[in-house]
Amino acid sequence: MSAEQAITAEGIEREIAGFVAGRVNAEVPADQDLFASGLVSSMFAMELVVHLEQAFAVQILGDDLKRDNFRTVRAMTALVLRLRDAEQPADD
Amino acid sequence: MTEPATIVKCLVWDLDNTLWRGTLLEDGEVTLPAPVEKLIAELDSRGILQSVASKNDHDQAWERLEALGVAEYFLLPRIGWGPKSDAVREIAAELGFALGTIAFIDDQPAERAEVRFHLPEVRTYSPEQLPGLAALPEFSPPTVTVDAGRRRQMYRAGFQRKSAEAEFTGPSEDFLRSLGLVMRIQRATEEELSRVEELTLRTSQMNATGVHYSIAALRTLLADPRHEVLVTTLTDRFGPHGAVGLQLLEKHGRVWHLKLLATSCRVVSFGAGSVILGWLVGEASRAGVHLIADFRRTERNRMMEIAYRLAGFTGEACECRAGLAPPREPGVERLHLLPEPHDPPPTMELHAPRLAQGPPDGSP
Repeated sequence: MSAEQAITAEGIEREIAGFVAGRVNAEVPADQDLFASGLVSSMFAMELVVHLEQAFAVQILGDDLKRDNFRTVRAMTALVLRLRDAEQPADD
Repeated sequence: MTEPATIVKCLVWDLDNTLWRGTLLEDGEVTLPAPVEKLIAELDSRGILQSVASKNDHDQAWERLEALGVAEYFLLPRIGWGPKSDAVREIAAELGFALGTIAFIDDQPAERAEVRFHLPEVRTYSPEQLPGLAALPEFSPPTVTVDAGRRRQMYRAGFQRKSAEAEFTGPSEDFLRSLGLVMRIQRATEEELSRVEELTLRTSQMNATGVHYSIAALRTLLADPRHEVLVTTLTDRFGPHGAVGLQLLEKHGRVWHLKLLATSCRVVSFGAGSVILGWLVGEASRAGVHLIADFRRTERNRMMEIAYRLAGFTGEACECRAGLAPPREPGVERLHLLPEPHDPPPTMELHAPRLAQGPPDGSP
C-alpha cells in the first residue's frame, strides 16, 4: 500500500478490511462487531494490534489498547486516524 | 580466563569410527561401544540435543542406528555426501540455535577442520575425548530440570507441529483447534519449582514485571495461604510443551493481586497468556473480588501488555487499590479490572483448580 492511500480514511478502512477478510476467509462489513460475531479472538486481536502498528506506522499504547477500539473495522480506522493526527500535529 | 563455558545445546555426531566402531559401507558390521551408548543417554537427560552429520548411505546408516536402538535420540540427522559444515549449519538453523552453542565430534581431522574453517564458532571434538566428555563444563548445564529430560521430545513435537501448520490452509484459529491443545493450570508443588525457576529465567520476553523470583522465595510463598503459586503446562496431539506459564497471586479480602504472570515465548502464538488471564478473570468474578495486575513495561514484554489490555485491564482509579502496599520495584503500573463471568477458551481444553472459596455473597 502506498503512503498516499494510507492517509485517507477510505484507504485505511480498505486495508484493515482486507487484512481481516484474509484472516477469517470472509468479507466483513465495516460496522460488524468482530468480537460478538466470534470472528476475532483475543489472540487475533493481538495480531491486529501488531498489524495496525506496522501498516500505518503508529504506536498503540495504554488505554488505547481497549477492546472497543478493535471491535469493528470502522473503530480501528478511527483509532488509526486519530493516532496519525496526533503524531503529525502541525505538519500538514 | 574464568568466563563460564557456553553450554552446548546440540552435539552433532559423525558415525563411522566416532559414534560406532567400524565403517558401515566397508565393514558391513559396526558395533556401538557401551560407554558411547551411556553417554548418549546421559547427554539426553541433561537436555542437550543430539544430531548426526555423516557421509554415508542415508537409508543404510539410519537403519543401523535403529537396529542399535539409538535412532530416537537424534533430531534432524544429515546423512549424505555434502560438506559437513553445511550439515551443521542447517541443523543449527532448523533448531534456531546460535552456532556457538553447537558441538561437532568426528574422528577425521580434515572434517573437523572443514567445519571450523566455515563455522569458527562451532566447537569440535575428537573421539579420543569421548571418555571425559560428560565431565566437561560445556556439557554440564547448571540446573537440570524436569523439562530438560524431555527437551528432545518437545523439539521433535515442534517440528511435526510446524509441518502440520505449513500444510494447513484456513484461519489460524481453526488450525489451533486442530492441534487438540490441552492446558493444565495447577497449584505448584515442590517438584515443580525447578520448572518454575527455569521459566522465570528463560522467558524474559513474556514476564509482565521483569521481576525474578528465586526458588527460595517461591517456596516460602507455597506455604503462605494468602498466596497462590500456579504452574501452567500445555500439551497437544504432537506431544508436551512442558511448563509454559507461571502466575503468582496474592489474595486479599476484596481484591486479588496478580504479582507475576510469565509465559514461555514458545506458546505466544497459541494465545496461552490470554487463556490464563481469561480463566483468572472468571475465577475472580466467581469470588466476587476485583483484580489488580502488576505490569512493568520492558523492551520485550509488549505482547503481555496487549494481552492485559485486551482482557479488559485499565489504569482506572478504584478504591480497592488502597488496600495494597506500594510496589517495591520502580516503574510498576497497577492495572485494574472489574471481573465478569468468562467463557471457556474456544481454542483449547482447560483444566484448572477453583480459586474462589465460596459463591460470591452478592456485595461488590
